[in-house]
Amino acid sequence: MLSTENLTKSFGSNHVLRGINVEINKGDVVCVIGPSGSGKSTFLRCLNLLEKPSGGKIIFEGDDLTAKKVDLDLHRQKMGMVFQQFNLFPHMTVLENMTCAPLMLKKATKEQAEKKAMELLERVGLADKAKAYPATLSGGQKQRVAIVRALCMEPDVMLFDEPTSALDPEMVGEVLDVMKELAQAGMTMVVVTHEMGFAREVSNRVLFLDEGIIMEQGSPEEVFSHPKSERLQSFLNKVL
Amino acid sequence: MAHWFAKLNETFIATEYWTLLVDGFKNTIIITLGALAIGVVIGSIIAVIKYFAEDSEAMKPLAAICNVYVTVIRGIPMVVLLLVFYYIIMKSSNNGVLVAIITFGINSGAYMAELMRSGLNAVDAGQMEAGRSLGLSKLQTMRKIILPQAVRYILPAIGNEMVALLKETSVAGYVAVVDLTRAGNLIRNNTYDAVNPLMAVALIYLILVVGLSTLLGKLERRLTPVAQHRKSH
Repeated sequence: MLSTENLTKSFGSNHVLRGINVEINKGDVVCVIGPSGSGKSTFLRCLNLLEKPSGGKIIFEGDDLTAKKVDLDLHRQKMGMVFQQFNLFPHMTVLENMTCAPLMLKKATKEQAEKKAMELLERVGLADKAKAYPATLSGGQKQRVAIVRALCMEPDVMLFDEPTSALDPEMVGEVLDVMKELAQAGMTMVVVTHEMGFAREVSNRVLFLDEGIIMEQGSPEEVFSHPKSERLQSFLNKVL
Repeated sequence: MAHWFAKLNETFIATEYWTLLVDGFKNTIIITLGALAIGVVIGSIIAVIKYFAEDSEAMKPLAAICNVYVTVIRGIPMVVLLLVFYYIIMKSSNNGVLVAIITFGINSGAYMAELMRSGLNAVDAGQMEAGRSLGLSKLQTMRKIILPQAVRYILPAIGNEMVALLKETSVAGYVAVVDLTRAGNLIRNNTYDAVNPLMAVALIYLILVVGLSTLLGKLERRLTPVAQHRKSH
């Protein structure tokens, strides 16, 4: 459903991505790991064109997103994204954060949107925070809201950009639990993460990105227990 | 003291020159508010264009035009600009107040564009990304997400611009407008009393500016920081 063909991205003379080919199928939970500066986040941000690729193609549900005439906004509605820094809208309540896009894009009536939002909040245990402003929430609560905000658009795929990296350690678990539940419910997910435990346990495929290419990929078992390349071995030695 | 009251009576009341001051006061306020409105509109259009041009090639030519406008306007003294509009560009209009509103508005817009752009840039870049990632267009995100947050940075700056504008309109007399300053000067001319008319004018400006600043200060305290006033209960 989502694939890249020879995806490249340069910032000036800095070649961050040097030809990435991946194929993500419906229901896949793909974790992207790698040392910092390896291009993991850039890769993820290219998938919904928050970064404009320098070359290559991104095919989402049959359409090439890098084509000039494509309606990017329409496709982005189907690709939820969760950021490291949450990026909740501070001037809106939790509920408004969640219903704002569906209402503006006329995806639902106010009643429907709020009903759906409340159901989602219930699922992540934050129904009592519906009327709260983001500034009053903890980091873990913010990120859970960010996840359900994206889910309100009923996306076909969810992109996670280091969703737990900005959290205090004791809050990482609550966010990973929500993601785990989402994966089990069959959501297609691409997760850039440093949480090796999560990658091993929840994903069905792990990509090891290094120096702008996919150095190695495979099932969690293959990648974590039988790493082939020297780069992956030394990376795992450092983080595990 | 009695002597002074007699003088005041002579200068303002008996001659009915106080009505001149009232008319001048009205014109000063009209020009300031009118110019402010035009300035805000021009300023926000330019600010949004320049904000989008930062990552959109298509907007670059428009942004270049805006830059020329800002540079030209900011490089010309207000009085010269006013004379140019009155005697050349809007020659066919003999409505000095209208010319003054438009000229001060165009001038103010150039300054406000920069104030507003820095307000937009003060909003975290992640906000635009979050809006876009949900499928909102650039303009939708601007309207619903960025602008409401930028306002609390921009409003105080607009307030300061308004105070500056109010005082700057005192040169409107150059194009036959009887504003507050001109009114005072006319009274001085006709009564041979320089002290009282000019003191009265200065005092009115001072009261206006102090009043406005106090109001703005209150507004600013209400606007920042946004979260502390909106905690849920």
